[in-house]
Amino acid sequence: MPLPAYLILAALVFAIGLFGVLTRRNAVGILLGIELMLNAVNINLVAFARFRADIGGLIFTMLTIAITVAEVAVGLAIVIAIFRVRRTIEADHLDLLRG
Amino acid sequence: MIAETVGFWVMAVVLVGGSLGVVLTPNLFHAAVLYLPAALVATGAIFWLLESPFLFGVQLLLYAGGVVTVVVFAIMLTERLVGASIRQGSRFVFNGAVLAAALFVGVVGFIVQRAAPPAPPAPAGEQMVALGRALVGPFGAALQLLAVLLVAALLGALYFARAED
Repeated sequence: MPLPAYLILAALVFAIGLFGVLTRRNAVGILLGIELMLNAVNINLVAFARFRADIGGLIFTMLTIAITVAEVAVGLAIVIAIFRVRRTIEADHLDLLRG
Repeated sequence: MIAETVGFWVMAVVLVGGSLGVVLTPNLFHAAVLYLPAALVATGAIFWLLESPFLFGVQLLLYAGGVVTVVVFAIMLTERLVGASIRQGSRFVFNGAVLAAALFVGVVGFIVQRAAPPAPPAPAGEQMVALGRALVGPFGAALQLLAVLLVAALLGALYFARAED
C-alpha cells in the first residue's frame, strides 16, 4: 500500500479519537479518546519510518508508547482520586476551577 | 503484495470499527474490554504490515496488555465505589462530529496534494539490531529519560490513588 493510504487511515482514527474526546461525558471515556489519537500518531510515525527507511520513527514510536502508558497510569489515578472526593467522573460536573 | 493489500484493508476496517465503537458505545466497559483492544491490536497488525514486527510486540505488550488492564481496573474501582454500572453518555455530538470531520477533510486534502514518495526497499533482517544500536547510541539519553519518567509516573499514580488515612 502507498504511504497516503496509511496517512489517511491514521487521520481517520485521529478524527474519531478527537470526536470521542469532544463528546464523551465520562472522564475515562475522554482518556480512551486520547488513546486513539496517540495511536493514530504512532501509525503515522511508523509509516514514515518505513517509507523513508529511517529508524528514527520506530524509536519515536517506542518512546511515545511508553510515555502513553505512563500518561494513562497517572490519568486514571487522577480519575480515581477525583471520584473519591466528588463521587462522579462526569467531566461536566468537575468545574471546581470555574470562576 | 496482494497479501499486504488485503491485510491492510482488513486491519483498516477493524481499526476504524473498533475506534468508532470506543467513542460511540454507551457501555464504557464494552468500550474498554472489547473495542479498544480490537483497535489497538489492529494498529499493531498495521505496524507488522509496515515491516516492524518488533513494534507489533511492543504494542501488544504495552497497549493491548498494559493500558487495557489499567483502564479496566479504573472502571471496576469507580463502579465498585458507586455501586452501579456507569452510563457513558455523549454531549455536543453534532458539534464534535463537524469538528472531527473538518479536521479529517483538511488533513486528507493536505495529504492528497503531495506526491507519494516511492517505497524504498525494506531493510532486510537487521531492524532489531539497528533499533538496539540506536537505543544505546544516539537515543541513549532519551531512553534514560524515559526510565526516569516511568518511575516518576508510577510514583505519582501511587500518590494520587493511595487510600486516605
